[in-house]
Formats: sequence, C-alpha cells, structure tokens
Amino acid sequence: MSHPILAAYDLKKSYGRGQNRFDALKGVTLEIFAGESVAIVGKSGSGKSTLMHLLALLDKPSTGTVQLGGSDTATLRGKRLNETRNKTFGFVFQQFFLTPGASVLENVVLPLKIAGVGSRGRKQRGHAALERLELDDKARSKANALSGGQKQRAVIARALVNDPRIIFADEPTGNLDSATGAIVEDILFGLNRDQGITLIIVTHDEDLAERCDRRIYIRDGLVVSEEARVAA
Amino acid sequence: MRAIDVVGSAIGNSFRSRLRTTLTVLAIFIGAFTLTITNGLGTGINAYITDTVASIGASDVMTVTKVSADAKATGPQEYSPDQITSRAAAGPGSTTVAAITPADLTTIAAIDGVTSVEPSLSVTPDYVTTGTSKKYRLGLGSAVAGVHLQLAAGSQLDQKAAQLQIALPVSFVTPLGFTSSADAIGTTVQIGVSNPAGTVNVLNATVVAVSEASLGSSGNATANTALTQALYDASTSGLSTAQKESYSEAVVRFDPSSTDAQVTALKDHLTSAGFTGQTVADEIGTFKSVIDAIVLVLNAFAVIALLAASFGIVNTLLMSVQERTREIGLMKAMGMGAGRIFGLFSIEAAFIGFLGSAIGAGIAMIVGSVVSTALSGALFANLPGLTLIAFTPVSIITIILIVMAIAFLAGTLPAWRAARQDPIESLRYE
Ligand SMILES: Nc1ncnc2c1ncn2[C@@H]1O[C@H](COP(=O)(O)OP(=O)(O)OP(=O)(O)O)[C@@H](O)[C@H]1O
Ligand SMILES: [Mg+2]
Repeated sequence: MSHPILAAYDLKKSYGRGQNRFDALKGVTLEIFAGESVAIVGKSGSGKSTLMHLLALLDKPSTGTVQLGGSDTATLRGKRLNETRNKTFGFVFQQFFLTPGASVLENVVLPLKIAGVGSRGRKQRGHAALERLELDDKARSKANALSGGQKQRAVIARALVNDPRIIFADEPTGNLDSATGAIVEDILFGLNRDQGITLIIVTHDEDLAERCDRRIYIRDGLVVSEEARVAA
Repeated sequence: MRAIDVVGSAIGNSFRSRLRTTLTVLAIFIGAFTLTITNGLGTGINAYITDTVASIGASDVMTVTKVSADAKATGPQEYSPDQITSRAAAGPGSTTVAAITPADLTTIAAIDGVTSVEPSLSVTPDYVTTGTSKKYRLGLGSAVAGVHLQLAAGSQLDQKAAQLQIALPVSFVTPLGFTSSADAIGTTVQIGVSNPAGTVNVLNATVVAVSEASLGSSGNATANTALTQALYDASTSGLSTAQKESYSEAVVRFDPSSTDAQVTALKDHLTSAGFTGQTVADEIGTFKSVIDAIVLVLNAFAVIALLAASFGIVNTLLMSVQERTREIGLMKAMGMGAGRIFGLFSIEAAFIGFLGSAIGAGIAMIVGSVVSTALSGALFANLPGLTLIAFTPVSIITIILIVMAIAFLAGTLPAWRAARQDPIESLRYE
C-alpha cells in the first residue's frame, strides 16, 4: 500500500500542568489511507475529540507527529496551516454551527469565501454542493428555517463544497432522530464510496461505527483495538 | 478570504443585530453631529472674518505709526506740538502718536522690505447729499489702497483713477432718494468738507459702488485715492505746508508673497527705526484666535461625546464576539487566519463609526444650513455675508475619518479577542 493520507505516530496530549496535568492522549499511533472510512469509537471522555482535533490540525500534540500525505505537519504554521486545513478538510460537527440569519447558500459557501474564491465561483459551487444533497431549493432560505435533517445536510454540503480529501465528522448523527440520522449516514458513506473522500467519524454509536471500513477503539487516551469490517 | 469579502462580511454582520447597531450608531451620531456643528460654526465665523479682512484692507498693507518719543514713560506726558491724537486708533481711548513727516516717509521708504509708503490721509467730511436730498453726515473709512469692499452694487473703487469716486454704504441708498443700490451707481453726490477756518468746500464725487455693511466698513463710505486727496486738500486749505504734511499714519506696502517671517522682520525693522507697523491680519488675528479657542472647547465636548460612544462600540462588539464565538471558531477551523478575523471585527467597528458619522454629519449639515439661513435673515440681518455655520468638504471628510478612526480603535479590543480565540474552545459542545 502507498503512504497513508493521514497518520499519527505516538501522539500524546496533556492538558494543564503540575498537579492539574491531565493526559488526554497517551501515545496514539494510527494510519488512515485515502478513500477509507474510519470510525474512532470510545466512551465519553476517552479522548476521541482530542484525537480528531489533532488529526485535523486544529491543535498541536504535546509530543508525537501527525503526517499529512506523508509529510510532517509540525512545521505548518500560520497561513500555510490555514490553507492546508481549508483545502484538505471538511468538518461536520455534532452541532450544526450554521449562521442562523444567513441564507443556506451563504452558510455553505463559507469555506470558499475563506479560500478567496470569487463570488461567482462561490455561487456556482455552492449550488452544485446543495444539489448533491438535494437541498438546492432551500438555497435562499434562512438557515434557521431548516429542519434538523436539512440543517445537517447543509452542514455536509458546506463540508464538501471545497472538494476536501478528508471529511471529519464528530458525532454527525448525535443530534438527529434515527431516521434522519440514517439518511445523513447514507449521504456520508455515499460521498466516501462515489467520490473517494476519506471519512473519519468520531462516534460512540456502534451502529454507525459498524458501517465504516475500520474502527479504532480508544480508551483512556490509548488505542485499545482496531478492527476492519467483517466482510459481509 | 479576499479583502472585499472581509469588508462585505463586516458590513453584513453589523446589520445582523439591528437594534444594537442602531443604538450604537445613534451614540456616535450625537458626537459626530455636535462635532460637525461646532466645526461648522468655526468655519463659518472664521470665513466671515477672512472675508472681512479682505474688505478692511489688503494683505500686503501695513499701517505704520510713529512711536512718540516718550510713549514708554508712565504718568503725564509732556506736550509736544508734533503730537497727533490718532483718530484711527482702535480700542478705548486714543493713542497719542508722533506725527509722521515727509522726512519720516523717506526713512520708512528706505527700510528693507518696504515696497512703497503713502501717508494715510484722514478726513472727516461734513455731509453728503445728491443735491436734491437732505444732507446727511458722512463717515469716511480710511482709504487703504487695496481695499476690497463687499459690494451690493457697482464695482470696486479705482484707486488709480483721476475721477473722484465714492462707495456709499447701503444704508445711505434710501435716505439719499435712490430707489435701489443699482440706481445709485453712476450718479454724482456732493460732499461738503470744512477747513480749519470753517469754510465749507463742496466736492462732486461719482458713486461707483454701494457697499454692504460688514464688520469692516461699519456704515462708513469709502473714497478712492483721488477723492481722499481732494477732500484732504480741501480740509487743510489755508494751513501751512508743514501742518498739511504731518500725518497720523502712513500706509506701507510690502511684497504680497512675503512669508510670515518676512513680515515679522519688516515689523522689527520698523520698530528699530522708531515706528510701529501693524497688518490687518494682526488686528483681526486676535479675534480669530478667540473664535478658534471657543471652537476648540466646543470640539472637545464633541470628542468627549465620541469617546463615550466608542465605549458603546466596544460593548456592542464584545457582545457580538461573544454571540458569535461558535461562528468564529468554525471560521478558524475552516482555515480563516487570525488577521482576517481581526479585520472582520475592526472593520465592522469602523463601519458602525462610518454610519454614525456620515448620518451625523449629513443631518448636521442640513440642520446647520437651515439654522444659519434662518438666523442670517433675523438675528444677523445687519451682517450680510455671514453664514454662521458653514461646511467645507475637507472638514466633513476629516470628521468622518476621525470618527471612523476612533471607532476602529474601539473595535480593536473585541477584534483582538475574536482573533485569538481558540477554535477548539469555541467549538466545544455544551
Ligand atoms: N482543554 C482541556 N483542558 C483540560 N482537559 C481537557 C481539555 N479538553 C479535553 N480535556 C479532557 O480530555 C479528556 C478527553 O476529552 P475529549 O473531548 O477528547 O473526550 P471525548 O472522547 O471526545 O468525549 P465525548 O464522547 O464525551 O465527546 C476528557 O477527560 C476531558 O476532560
Ligand atoms: Mg467529543
């Protein structure tokens, strides 16, 4: 196999110092390959979100390295770090983080705006992303006029509008009822299957984890086991 | 993010919580309105004074008097037959100065920086009449060469003409039986002037102008050089040459392009030669600096209002940074740089400042114009040419820029807070 698209080697992360020091990650090593769907599973407080933040370059590990496409990311700083995040990653969070007063389209094109895409390009690509999620008829609606499922679809449209190679999803269905949750899952796995977007899902939902190619179990800041999907 | 998008988003964001933005804008509006009005007052009054300076005398002219030998001594001064009690001297009481003789004129002419020197002839005519009208007492303004009158009709006096020309104040038009200011132009009036022996001589002068009353010409008529000379000759007829040729003041002209330093040097030269030189600007300058000081104090109040308003901006933006914590975190996670986030909020502040100041300045201009039009028709009717509150584009733009700068500064604290927000902290679920 080629280089992993994203890899972590002996990642440690501790918060606080002295007496209050807390080791959230105690040496995590993992490799994720392009086109994979990976679930990071663990109990609450096990360090899943912390790990995701490190992998998504939102935070720096205390020690250890994160490699993106085979190169160390420790040297990425400032503008280049921002650009890398903007171009490579798409984010789906447990909460929607949509700007309520702005239109759906405006919300969706935010990553493009940050990337410096002109207004015409933004519009075009925004509509394209919304079409893929069958939400184009809602483009002009205010974001807070959407239902929960529609909101999460808008969030996914926002995550993929800039053609990311990796989508991070932290509890993507945690806020949804099981029916809409299933639809959102279908969309995410569809993107993974059809467009080869690498999917990294943080969840404690076993059913969602089951649908991923691979599951990485975390407990108390350590990888306890990894298992690939049992061929059906 | 493109700069234009940063600005666009900042403006869009400021409209998101309309009530809050409106209230903040209102606070700035009050400051900007006051600042514009006080500045307008300063501009209006000073412009009027400047115009008046032009009507009192040219800027390249200096009035020179001779310092009386014992002027510095306190207590009763010894009488000298040479002394003249200056009628032109302003202020309470009159100043006793030594007479300027032809020899003095020669001395002055030789002083470095003096282009020309003429005696200032002061004449008090007895009356003016059209011949058919009644006789009216006439005051004659000192005929300083280079005078610019504010005219109601006619044209400026020709100082070089041999024709005897007079500019009548507008208040004389009706009493003298003219139907309008324009009607008086070109007519001949008779001016009576008596000599020390009591003989009244009558001179005919052509009315070439009707002058508006202003601070400068306070109801006096103005004569051209030829008329002044003729009146002077008539009023001194029968006197000895020495008596005739002794003047209370002389008028010195200097290079109009002289710098302030050169004018000061000229004054120093005059002083060391025993004379005192005063430009029109000197006389009017004191008045102007009083106005400037008053405007400065008023401006200070306006700026205090603006400072108070700027805390409103800080507050508004801190609240919106607080409200938009998630959004800021998300934007940072999606790769927006701290600098751009800072820009987003500080530009929003500057925009709020712009809104407040533009509206404030705009309304101040409307109110100021209305008020000064109303006042110039009523309270200041006898001071035509006075626009109490005047606006110049430069001062309006300056005010808007200053307010925007203050708003921007006020915005830096919240903007800095937003910029250094940790995306993970901001996105942490509750
Ligand atoms: N900024 C921080 N300061 C101190 N401790 C922190 C900080 N962030 C996380 N932690 C701790 O690190 C541990 C792991 O947190 P993390 O958010 O990664 O858990 P998680 O696995 O995502 O849990 P959940 O499923 O509830 O979201 C927790 O015990 C948490 O208290
Ligand atoms: Mg978590």
